[in-house]
Amino acid sequence: MLPEAAPMENPHYGWGFPPDVSTYGAVIDHLIIVIHWFMLVLFVGWGIFFVYCLIRFRQRPGHKASYESAHTKFPKFLEVGIALFEAFLLIAVSYPVWSKLRYQLPEEKDSLVIRIVAQQFVWNIHYPGKDNVFGKTDPKLISDSNPLGLDMTDPASADDIVSVSQLHIPVNKPVIAKLSSKDVIHGFSIPVLRVKHDVIPGMVFPIWFQAKETGQFEIACAQLCGVGHTLMRGFVSIDTPEQYDAWMAEQVAQLIPPPAATPVTAPTTPAPAPATHE
Amino acid sequence: MSSALIPYIDEPHPVTGVTNSKLGVWLFLASEVMLFGALFSSYIILRVGAVTWPHGSAILNVPLATLNTMVLITSSVTMVMSWASLKMNKFGKFRFYLGSTIFLAFVFLVVKAFEYGAKFEHHHFPSTDNFYGLYFTLTGLHGLHILGGIVVNLYLLFPGSKLWKTNPEQFAGRVECAGLYWHFVDLVWIFLFPVLYLL
Amino acid sequence: MSQNHNHPTEHHELNWIQKYVFSVDHKVIGIQYALTGLTFLFFGFCLMMLMRWQLAFPGEPLPLIGKLFSDTTMPGGVMLPEFYNSLGAMHGTIMVFLGVVPLAVGGFGNYLVPLQIGAADMAFPKLNAASYWSYFMGGVIMLISFFVPGGPANSGWTSYPPLSDIASTGQTVWLLGMVFLITSSLLGSVNFIVTIVQMRAKGLSFFRMPFFVWAQFVTSFLLLLAFPPLEAAAVLQLMDRVAGTSFFLPSGLVVSGNPLTIAGGGNPVLWQHLFWFLAHPEVYVLILPAIGIVTEIIVNNTRKPLYGYKTLVYSVLFLGFMSFVVWAHHMFMTGMGTTMSSFFQATTMIISIPSVVILTCLIITLWGASIRFTLPMHFALAFLPMFAIGGLTGLPLGLTTSDIHLHDTYYVIGHFHYVVAPGTLFALFAGIYHWYPKATGRMMNTLLGKLHFWISFLAINGIFMPMFIQGIAGVSRRLHTPTMYAHAQAVQGTNVFMSCSAWILGLAQLLFIVNFFMSLKNGKKTNDNPWNGTTLEWSTPTPPPHGNFTKPPIVYRGPYEYSVPGHATDFIPQVQPN
Repeated sequence: MLPEAAPMENPHYGWGFPPDVSTYGAVIDHLIIVIHWFMLVLFVGWGIFFVYCLIRFRQRPGHKASYESAHTKFPKFLEVGIALFEAFLLIAVSYPVWSKLRYQLPEEKDSLVIRIVAQQFVWNIHYPGKDNVFGKTDPKLISDSNPLGLDMTDPASADDIVSVSQLHIPVNKPVIAKLSSKDVIHGFSIPVLRVKHDVIPGMVFPIWFQAKETGQFEIACAQLCGVGHTLMRGFVSIDTPEQYDAWMAEQVAQLIPPPAATPVTAPTTPAPAPATHE
Repeated sequence: MSSALIPYIDEPHPVTGVTNSKLGVWLFLASEVMLFGALFSSYIILRVGAVTWPHGSAILNVPLATLNTMVLITSSVTMVMSWASLKMNKFGKFRFYLGSTIFLAFVFLVVKAFEYGAKFEHHHFPSTDNFYGLYFTLTGLHGLHILGGIVVNLYLLFPGSKLWKTNPEQFAGRVECAGLYWHFVDLVWIFLFPVLYLL
Repeated sequence: MSQNHNHPTEHHELNWIQKYVFSVDHKVIGIQYALTGLTFLFFGFCLMMLMRWQLAFPGEPLPLIGKLFSDTTMPGGVMLPEFYNSLGAMHGTIMVFLGVVPLAVGGFGNYLVPLQIGAADMAFPKLNAASYWSYFMGGVIMLISFFVPGGPANSGWTSYPPLSDIASTGQTVWLLGMVFLITSSLLGSVNFIVTIVQMRAKGLSFFRMPFFVWAQFVTSFLLLLAFPPLEAAAVLQLMDRVAGTSFFLPSGLVVSGNPLTIAGGGNPVLWQHLFWFLAHPEVYVLILPAIGIVTEIIVNNTRKPLYGYKTLVYSVLFLGFMSFVVWAHHMFMTGMGTTMSSFFQATTMIISIPSVVILTCLIITLWGASIRFTLPMHFALAFLPMFAIGGLTGLPLGLTTSDIHLHDTYYVIGHFHYVVAPGTLFALFAGIYHWYPKATGRMMNTLLGKLHFWISFLAINGIFMPMFIQGIAGVSRRLHTPTMYAHAQAVQGTNVFMSCSAWILGLAQLLFIVNFFMSLKNGKKTNDNPWNGTTLEWSTPTPPPHGNFTKPPIVYRGPYEYSVPGHATDFIPQVQPN
C-alpha cells in the first residue's frame, strides 16, 4: 500500500506557487502576493533608510552625534499607514474570503458529497454511491478490508464506494468533503486546489472546493501524524464527466454484492432461513 | 540574609508597601491562578463537549466533602491566628495555632484518602471516564498543594522557628506568606467543591 | 557567604563547590545558565545537522559518522522516519527551552539585571540557584529520553494528541522534563519581577531603567502567567498516558486496526489551546531579551540617546499584553468558527503594530548618530533587517485566507527561524561579545569575531531564505523524505543548498567557540568600561565582586545620556553626579 514517489507528468511545478486549478485559488494567491509586495515595500524602505544612516552617520573625525532626537512625524504616519493597510487586508479581504471558503458551503444537491476519513497513513475516501446516502459505519466493524467500518446490513451501504488514497472528482463541480480521522490528527492538503484543513478525530469538518481544470495531482498530509507522515501521499484525479463516470463504473463493478435475499418461491426442500436478509 | 546586601527582607518597601517575600508570594499565587484556571477551563470545555455528564452529587460524597470544606476553612482561620499570635508576641499560641493548621490539613488529606479509597473499591479510576478523570486530577493536584503547604508549615513550626529569636519580623513575614499560600489553597477548594460535587 | 548573615561584616571562606557549583551569586548563576544554554544550543544544532543530511540526500547513508548510530535510529547510516521525527521534536524542544530562553533570560537576565538596577544580587538568591538546578535537571531528563526504548519524544515540540498520547515512552519523559523546566521558569520569573520592582537603586525610577531591564521585566510576566496552562496540559497528558484517562482522546479511536480501550469523550483541540496559550507568549520570551540586548548595544555604539524610549516602553508593555490574546492563530485550520477566527486574526494584526514601532524606533536611533562599527554592533545591526524579515513573514500567516496555502509548510519554519536564528541568536552573540569584557576583564578577538559574523550572516540566510520558496511551493513540514512529492521534488535543489549552508554555519561557530575560550587567557586586557557605556554595570569593578557595588549606587540621570551638549566626554554614566 506504499505510494511511490513517481514524478507527475502534467503539472508544471517549480519555484513559486503550484498550479492553481481551483475556482477560488486565485484570491488566496493574490492575497499572498499583495502581502509580499507590502512586505517588500516596507523592507526596502526600512533598508534604504538603514543603509543611508549607516553610511551618513558613521563615526569619523569631526563628526559628532546629535543628542536631540530626530524631530519627525514620519514614524507616526508609517504606523498609521501600516495599521490601516493591515485593517484593510483583514476586513475587506480575509474576512469575506474566509467566510466564503469555510462557512458558505455550496448546496449538497449541486455537489459531489464525499467523506474523507484519514488514518495512519492513508486517506479513506467514502463515496455515497447512486443513492447519495452514506451507509452507516461502526468503529467496531473496522478491519483491513473494511477500513471505514461500513455496516453492510444498512441498505444504503450497498452502493457505497471506498477508495483508498485515490480521490477522483469531476471537473467544474463543487465537491463537499466531510473530513474526519480514525486515530490521530492529520492535515488534508491538496496544494493545487488550495485546500488545507486539519482532520481531527472525534470531529467532522465539511470543506468544499471546485476544480476548474483536469489533471492528476497530489494529496499531502499537513500535520505530523507519526512515522508514516511522509508516506501519506494520495492522488487526486480531476476528471472530465466521462472519465469520472467511467471510473465510478469500474468501482461499482468491483463492489462485493450484498448477501442474497431469501428466495420468494418455496424451495423444493425445506431450507433453513438464511442468517441475513436484505 | 543581611539587609545590608538585600533590602526589604524584614521591612516593607516604602513605595510598594510590601516585603520582597510578600510580593513574591503574590506573584506566585498569580501563576497558580493561571494553573488552576487552565484546569477549570479544561473542565468546562470537556463537560460542554460531552454527550452526557453525571451530576457530581450523584457520584461523589457530598457530606464528606462538606466536612472537608469546613476543615479547610477552619484551618485558614487557625493559620491567620498563628500569624496574629506572632504579631502579639505570643510564641506559644503561634505554635498551637500553626500546629492546628497542620493537623487540620492532615485531616483533610485523610478524608480525601477515604474518598479515593471508596472510589477505587468500586472500580472507579481516573480512566473510568472524564468526570472521574477530572475529579481525580483536580483534587489530586489540589491535594499535592495541600501537602506542599503541610511541608512548609512543618518547617515553620519546627526547624524554621529558630528565626523567631534572631529576626522576629522576618519570621512573622514568612508565616504571613505561608498564610497567603494557604488561603489560596483553601480558595481553590472553595471553587473545586461546588464545581465537582454540586453541579 | 550569602546564607544568613547575622553581622554584615562576617565573611565565611567558601569552598569550591559553594563558590562555583551551588553558588547563590546571580553572576555565577548567570554564567552557569549561559554555558549550559550554549552547550544545549550546540547539541540542538547537531540534531538539526543530521536532519539536514536526510533532507538534502534522502535515504543516503550518512558518511563517516553514520555507522556510529544504532539500528533503531540509522541502520547502515540511513535515517529511519521515527528517528527523523525524534530529531525534529527534540531539536525544537532543546533550542527553545534548553538553549535560547536559558541563555537569554537565565544567562543575560540573571547576570545583568541586578547590575543594571544597582542591586547587590537578586531578591531571592537561593531561589535563583534552585531555578538553575531545576533547569539543569530538566535538561538531564530530556537527554535521558534519548536512551529510553522507542527513543525520545517524536510528536513535534508541539506534542499534539492523540499522536503524543499514544507515542512511546520518550513522550512521558519529555513531559516530566517539561515540568522541571516550567518550574525553573516560574521560580526565575518571580525572582526577576520582585528584584526589578523592589531593588532598584536610589534615583533609578522605572523610566530611568535601561530598556534591557524593561524587556526582561515584561518577559518575566509572560513566563509567570503563560507557563502554568502548559503545566496543566502536561499534567493532563501525563494522566492520559500513565493513568489511562481520555482528556485528549475522543471516543471511537482505532489505531492500526485496534480500537483503543479508553473511555473517550476527550478533546484533542483542548491540548492545542493550552499549549499555544503558553507557546505564543513563549515566542515573545524568545525575542524580547534579544531586543533588549540589541537596544543597549545600538545606543552605546551610536553615542546618542535611544529614539523614542517612552514609546518603546509602552510598546513592549502593549506587546506583552497582546501576546496573551493571539494564540489561536496557530490553530486556524482546526475548524474554528467565525467569531474565533475573526478575533484571532484581528489581534494578530494588532500585535504586529508594536513590533513595527520597536523596529522603527531602533532604526531611527541611527539618525544623527556617530556609529561605531564595533564587533557587537555588527551583530546588533544585522538583527534589525533579520528581525524585519521574520516579523513581516508573519503577516501572511496571520490572515486565515493566506494561511490556507502556507499553514504547516516550510514558510512557517522560515518565518520563525528568521526571528529566532538570525534574530535572537545574533542578538545573543552581540551580547556575549559586548559584555564578555565586563565578566572577564578581557576583550574577545575582533578578527575572529568579524569572520564569525560575516560567515554566519551569509550562511544563516542561505539556510532560511529558501524555506520561503519551499513554502510557497507547498512543501509540508516534518517530512523526512520531501522528494516523495512532485511539488517538493521541484525545489529539492534548495534543500541541498540549505544543507551546505548549514555546514558552513556550523563550521563558523568553531571560530566563536575558539575565540570564547582563547580570549579567557589571551584576550586583550581592558578596563572597567571598555565601551564607554552609561549604564550601571560599567561602573563596577571587573569582574564585579560579590555584592557588585562597593557601596550602594545612587542614580542621577537616565540610561542613555550620550553626546550631551557642552559635556567634555560623549557619555555621562548614570551614577555620575554632575
